[in-house]
Amino acid sequence: MSEAEAEERASVVDPDDERMIINMGPQHPSTHGVLRVTMELQGETVLRSKPVIGYLHTGMEKTAEDLTYLQGPTNVTRMDYASPLFTELTFSLAVEALLEIEIPDRATWIRMLMCELNRMSSHLLFLATNGMDLGAVGMMIYGWREREEVLRFFEKVTGLRMNHNYIRPGGVAADLPDGWREDVQSILKVLPERLEQFDVLMTGQPIWRERTQGIGVITTEEALALGATGPILRSTGYAWDLRRAMPYLAYDEVDFDIVVGTYGDTFDRYAIRLNEIRESMRIVEQCLELIPEGPYRAEDRKVTPPPRARIDESMEALIHHFKIFTEGFKVPPGEVYTAVESPRGELGCYLVSDGGPKPQRMHIRAPSFVNLQTLPHMMHGGLLADAIAVISSIDPIMGEVDR
Amino acid sequence: MTEPPASLDEETESGEEEMPDDDVERLHGAAVTVTNGQTVLHTDKAEYHDLIEALNDDDYGVCVDLCGADYLGNDTRSLPATVPAERFELVVNLLDVKASRRMRVRVQLPEVAPTVATITDIHPGAEAMEREANDMFGIEFEGHPDPTPILLPDDWQGHPLRKDFSMGRIPVQFKAVDGR
Repeated sequence: MSEAEAEERASVVDPDDERMIINMGPQHPSTHGVLRVTMELQGETVLRSKPVIGYLHTGMEKTAEDLTYLQGPTNVTRMDYASPLFTELTFSLAVEALLEIEIPDRATWIRMLMCELNRMSSHLLFLATNGMDLGAVGMMIYGWREREEVLRFFEKVTGLRMNHNYIRPGGVAADLPDGWREDVQSILKVLPERLEQFDVLMTGQPIWRERTQGIGVITTEEALALGATGPILRSTGYAWDLRRAMPYLAYDEVDFDIVVGTYGDTFDRYAIRLNEIRESMRIVEQCLELIPEGPYRAEDRKVTPPPRARIDESMEALIHHFKIFTEGFKVPPGEVYTAVESPRGELGCYLVSDGGPKPQRMHIRAPSFVNLQTLPHMMHGGLLADAIAVISSIDPIMGEVDR
Repeated sequence: MTEPPASLDEETESGEEEMPDDDVERLHGAAVTVTNGQTVLHTDKAEYHDLIEALNDDDYGVCVDLCGADYLGNDTRSLPATVPAERFELVVNLLDVKASRRMRVRVQLPEVAPTVATITDIHPGAEAMEREANDMFGIEFEGHPDPTPILLPDDWQGHPLRKDFSMGRIPVQFKAVDGR
């Protein structure tokens, strides 16, 4: 910079201007991964802010174009690692829509049971991290403890605590193991009591309310304009839930309520998630009663592998098995968009097939990615300390944001 | 061609007055197809912005998803006869939260200079998604408030989701090994 330029710059600086730009993250414990937020501050008030993302981008949509439809769920399950079953579900629904196959009732109900349990574990993780972010460190341990109960059940069913690859095109990977009812019942038995403890620890507690009420307010119009869905939209009092509005699986056969807020603030978003755990428990209870017997995946041998025993006695079964695992199954050309209600909002999958065994284009509409756009809006005019509360209440999963 | 839903008929007729009579169902001048029970509108870059605006007035008020697609080497795409196929497509999923219905808009974009008007003036929520489409396919959005890379590094060359962008092109650097 030349001297003349420097002088010119110095003359435009207003000595009374106390605004400054600071950078939060990407390595910050309250940013839930690698979110960076650039904020313009006036004293302690946040004026403008901009989320900077991409630190976790691993090109999963490109990877998906190189994996067969059977391998697809192993890839997409790693996007939203707090609720992996939902991404598997939306991908599988898209593939099934293009294949035009029906899946057995039992598979549908197993999917619903597992997804609702996953919604519980995801919201419990939110309660844990949300509590930790706002200083209720004890809550972190409790939330994680309860989540572990659910993950233990997932491990028993799918073999893995996370990244299950359980819901696959054509059904699910395996039937529920022996004694699954008792396991689910024991989760349903301990949880209500623990949720009431959380109410005592947080919901009714003055410090917690002081910290969250009236913070990060957003209106219905703003949320819809920004494409926000899930608890953020519902916190504004707008009862939009894909499970009710556009039912998939068997959600039209179970009873549940949509939890909505009133003020669209951080407290409402917290309370919605806490109460959605209760609603999910209601759905799980009904699943226990209503789940039918039968096959757990489609009997279409071009899509799902044959049972192990059949391979020894049938040449056709051997051929089908070999073809599915080497070449993969072919999906008719076309394009489709499917959406499910994940714990974070509308989780969609846009799939284009060219008739081959691998997708030509696979796009995941990640709710966290879109919901993050509400962040500058919610933080505007608030205090820097409240920025943490607002980021936490969006509940972004960076694996899903960056994909 | 599949029959479009009955509810579209009324609006279709008004669109047909100015359009040539070619047996294609139309809504706001854009050809309508129905695939897997989902309604799709086909348009080009010139009509795109007006179409989104017209759909916004029809209560399709939420832009849920916006992404690009590259059809290089894919001959299986089926389009209405009146829509000339181009290499790139911009796919916009709209949602009507009042009537719980969806609408998908597929915009044909040419291989050379795939530029299109931004819809952030109608749907502010499309901002991040347009930036992503720009990153991944090099689709440029005229009038976008912040056309910077969102997921890719600022100095990244190329558009990874294009079909002619091969995978694994960057050599891995190992600091501890001599001669690399």
